[in-house]
Amino acid sequence: MYTLTGLKLKNPTILAAGILGTTGASLCRVAHEGGAGAVVTKSIGPMPKTGHPNPSMVKLDCGFLNAMGLPNPSYPSFFQELEIAKKDAGVPVIASIFGGNPAEFKEVAEGLLPAKPDAFELNVSCPHAEGYGAAVGSNPCFVEAITAAVKDIVNVPVWVKLTPNVSDITCIGNAAEAGGADAVVAINTLKGMAIDIESGYPVLGNRSGGLSGKAVKPVAIKCVYDLYTALEIPVIGVGGVSSWQDAVEMMMAGAAAVQVGSAVYDRLDIFSEISTGIEAFLQRKGYSDVKKLIGLAHEMV
Amino acid sequence: MLPLNATILKIDEESPSIRTFFFDFQFETMNPGQFVMVWVRGVDEVPMGLSSKNSITVQKVGEATSKLFELKEGDSFGLRGPYGKGFSLPSEGEKTLVIAGGVGAAPLVPYAEAARSEGSEVHTVLGARSAGDLLFEKRFAAAGEVYISTDDGSKGTKGFVTDVLNSLNLSVYDKIAVCGPEIMMASVFRLLEDREVLDKSEFSLHRYFKCGIGVCGACCIDKSGLRVCRDGPVFSGVQLMDSELGKYTRDASGRRVKI
Repeated sequence: MYTLTGLKLKNPTILAAGILGTTGASLCRVAHEGGAGAVVTKSIGPMPKTGHPNPSMVKLDCGFLNAMGLPNPSYPSFFQELEIAKKDAGVPVIASIFGGNPAEFKEVAEGLLPAKPDAFELNVSCPHAEGYGAAVGSNPCFVEAITAAVKDIVNVPVWVKLTPNVSDITCIGNAAEAGGADAVVAINTLKGMAIDIESGYPVLGNRSGGLSGKAVKPVAIKCVYDLYTALEIPVIGVGGVSSWQDAVEMMMAGAAAVQVGSAVYDRLDIFSEISTGIEAFLQRKGYSDVKKLIGLAHEMV
Repeated sequence: MLPLNATILKIDEESPSIRTFFFDFQFETMNPGQFVMVWVRGVDEVPMGLSSKNSITVQKVGEATSKLFELKEGDSFGLRGPYGKGFSLPSEGEKTLVIAGGVGAAPLVPYAEAARSEGSEVHTVLGARSAGDLLFEKRFAAAGEVYISTDDGSKGTKGFVTDVLNSLNLSVYDKIAVCGPEIMMASVFRLLEDREVLDKSEFSLHRYFKCGIGVCGACCIDKSGLRVCRDGPVFSGVQLMDSELGKYTRDASGRRVKI
């Protein structure tokens, strides 16, 4: 058992938001077959959204580009999916939510609260949805106000997922902490684009989107490293983690736990594989506890 | 992968609303039942079953397919794939039953041909609204015996594929491959369950695809949570027991929509 912001995790690997999280059944499958220590839902908003036209995700040599456009059934329709996940996943279920302002975030959190999510993750970081995500998450005042608004009405931990598409991610992290966040999650995708040279068309239906996967890992490591120094609250590391070695590296940078997203492309049981790998590493190195890894790189000077 | 550039070599008009587009790229490794993501640039990208190594067969149903129908020989579109899990092929000497409804015949015709090449005896039940809508009758006939049903009785048995199936001894088949409108597949599913041959069957599902590569989760089915784009689109009858098949699907936002 592994405790994170009061939540009891089976292991320190967590399914990242927006991945296999549209239905309760899918979240349960990631927990059972995948071995995730906790799961985060698809980001849910106040109104149904169909998202951007396809192509919405393409695999590149160095990672993945996506612009889903926050497709979601809205909180009233997602409620039953959250209930299914809560009933059968057997691990903490974190509801990812988004809105265009503090009032919308509150509305969605209040709407989902009776389904008893174990925590909320605030999406103030999606890079390709107009008026949402990074559009509000690049402004520290908005981030603080949104965090405080949700904290005010929920009795469960609130995590805030940050965008790396800012000049200083620690400013945004500090704002989340000032708003009462229990943890920050870093990072969301980096702005990116691909163009089809045969036609000249940008490949993504939204023309541009966010880069994830292996290519972003060094960026994520640096963001987590800086946030660990700047904040008191835990930092959850996400971005390009696709092996136990990546997870250990992320923890040494300062991550209290890791989220895995794009790497489910390779295999669903990546979560079991990472947690088993971490355990074996701890044994080999003689560390008594996984917590010994957290922020280790900061001590090595 | 980024989309390949596929140039249209030839367009066959199969029926007023169904066309086959042959392109200048061969998916040599494709398994029948696998799909490609077809990118109509500037419009949308939609999944299509391959009707041969270098063709897709498309029914005009929405914005992307309407735009596709405006394309001429020499025009091009983007293609990614082949993706997903196809139908499992029979072994030599096994008997195969193909059950195809409407445009669902598209991924099944290369399957019938491949099954025949493996040395299987292939029978096909081919259904459509009327005689003019029957797809690939000649290609199915070249692979083996064909039983036809049309809703209006303009050819073959008047009624549905299930009316033909009622008169067949299903216990003789080793493999049963099904694709068609979901209402039809749900009826076939119940019939195969009643006749206790569900364990030999495979169904190709269609759901709204977002990423198409098994990451986003938009196409996951209940109650298994399996991804249609990656764990399917072809599922065994056993995998679909107690599933949403025939009951509901999900729209692009993820809301449940009754079938």
